Amino acid sequence: MTPLFPAQPETRPTPPSTGESALARWLLISLAVGFASLFLLLPLINVFAQAFAGGWAPYWRAVTDRDTGSAIRLTFLVSAISVPLNVAFGLAASWAIAKFHFRGKAFLLTFIDLPFSVSPVVGGLLFILLFGANGLFGDWLDAHHIKIIFALPGIVLATIFVTFPYVARELIPIMQDQGSEQEEAALTLGANGWQTFWRVTVPSVKWGLLYGIILCNSRAMGEFGAVEVVSGHIAGQTDTLPLRVDKLYNEFDPVAPFAVATLLAVLALATLCVKLFLEWKSRDET
Amino acid sequence: MTRSPETAGEENAGLPFESAPPAPARRSSGPLPGLKLTLGFTVFYLGIIVLLPVAALVLRSLHLSWPQLWTLATNRRALAAYELSLGASLAAALINAVFGSLLAWVLVRYRFPGRLLLDGLVDFPFALPTAVAGLTLANLFADHGWLGRFLVPLGIRGAFTPLGVIIALTFVGLPFVVRTLQPVLENLDRDVEEAAACLGAGRARTFLGVIAPTLFPTILTGFGLSFARALGEYGSIKFISGNLPRTEIAPVLMVTRLDQYDYTGAIAVALVLMLFSFILLFTLNWVQGWASKFQQP
Repeated sequence: MTPLFPAQPETRPTPPSTGESALARWLLISLAVGFASLFLLLPLINVFAQAFAGGWAPYWRAVTDRDTGSAIRLTFLVSAISVPLNVAFGLAASWAIAKFHFRGKAFLLTFIDLPFSVSPVVGGLLFILLFGANGLFGDWLDAHHIKIIFALPGIVLATIFVTFPYVARELIPIMQDQGSEQEEAALTLGANGWQTFWRVTVPSVKWGLLYGIILCNSRAMGEFGAVEVVSGHIAGQTDTLPLRVDKLYNEFDPVAPFAVATLLAVLALATLCVKLFLEWKSRDET
Repeated sequence: MTRSPETAGEENAGLPFESAPPAPARRSSGPLPGLKLTLGFTVFYLGIIVLLPVAALVLRSLHLSWPQLWTLATNRRALAAYELSLGASLAAALINAVFGSLLAWVLVRYRFPGRLLLDGLVDFPFALPTAVAGLTLANLFADHGWLGRFLVPLGIRGAFTPLGVIIALTFVGLPFVVRTLQPVLENLDRDVEEAAACLGAGRARTFLGVIAPTLFPTILTGFGLSFARALGEYGSIKFISGNLPRTEIAPVLMVTRLDQYDYTGAIAVALVLMLFSFILLFTLNWVQGWASKFQQP
């Protein structure tokens, strides 16, 4: 953002405008668009270009492969378990934090933000130390033939660890802004707590809630680090889609990792579309 | 969060029968039910997902011998990994501060065809799984990639080099500066700029003397968020670093040690990484407090 023109001498009358000259404006816009095209758009196009480099047949083979199929199922299953749990947590946490005053609230908020500041691989390690073979509960779990690490429960726990703040973080500021007047009115008019919650609170935060859900889902389906640490890479069993991409990449297959990656890229594009739609909807209503 | 006590205070200001301390009184004594249930569930959930695992880490490290932990945390390989982690994250965050500010400025101040598309594109690194980002970036900058075929002959190798690590970290952290700066820029009072222009300042002088100082704390916050994200990043780096010693960042080292069943070594790196994040989190909170004071004089 280097200024194009040096500060003008004070003797010359300057029109009191608050805009840049047309040339400066044009340069800044092209620089921004150029950077975004090269750095954001090109990587996206490249995923599809590489995936279809050999035509439809190799693409189709990679996407319909048996292990890829089971990776798709596992990814959806993990998201189907972890996202609803995080929604329940997000609703409960935002209700408690936005509608009440209690001691230790700042402390609680710090804990909710923790996954944003801790590396996902550290998150995965925590669960290994807890449930792994040498972990705190390792012997007990082994004795009862319960498998958490290198199995579905571990993947779900690691996914929840990295995604649980999304819904809560979205809802807390919205509920705080709205205050409690509407809920108090509903209660005064004779509604019970659950009715108030479902018919007053949830509808009034619905766009923020949906926004939090799609962000949470996108991260849950795309998480790599935390899941890789606890998954154990058992093909057809504990490989999620991102792990499947990694495995195919390590096999030096030129097309297959990109083919599987297109599935995740489509997920990202769908997430962005829903996000834009929700932003447009919520702006429309206010 | 900073707003709620104030608004609660205003609500109470005109009520003569409220003799309790005005600020939090109304809401805490309000008739809303469900505090026990929701707070109980929140704490229970956090307990299982966060507290218990963190406690496991603490308990485990207490049982380890500290000299051994110290050696593993500070041996040459680990120090090289921290150095690259910190250096590359810093470089990426700086690039993001510059280009993120540019993007935010252009998106807020100018109207041009494709602006909404550009605005949507900014979120793309948030939405794209990091594994896919690493995969496609490594391919773009490789010898025969779309960018690599022009850059590699010039000696710019963006795949399997420390530069590649910086590229990937820049990609994943880009939205932070833009999204932090955008709302502040939208709410920026144009009157001050007009006043500066009326008083005879040129546009460049207005920008450097009036606009830039106002935005600086926000850009610093975005920089910090981007830096924090980069420090913990693993997925994209795994692809673009090519598992070479010279491109090993701290999270990759942690996973490598874990894969070799070197739990103590992995814990040592994890503790250092957590220390980094806590220092950063603390600093960031302080900067944000400072920034909000700056914006509401």
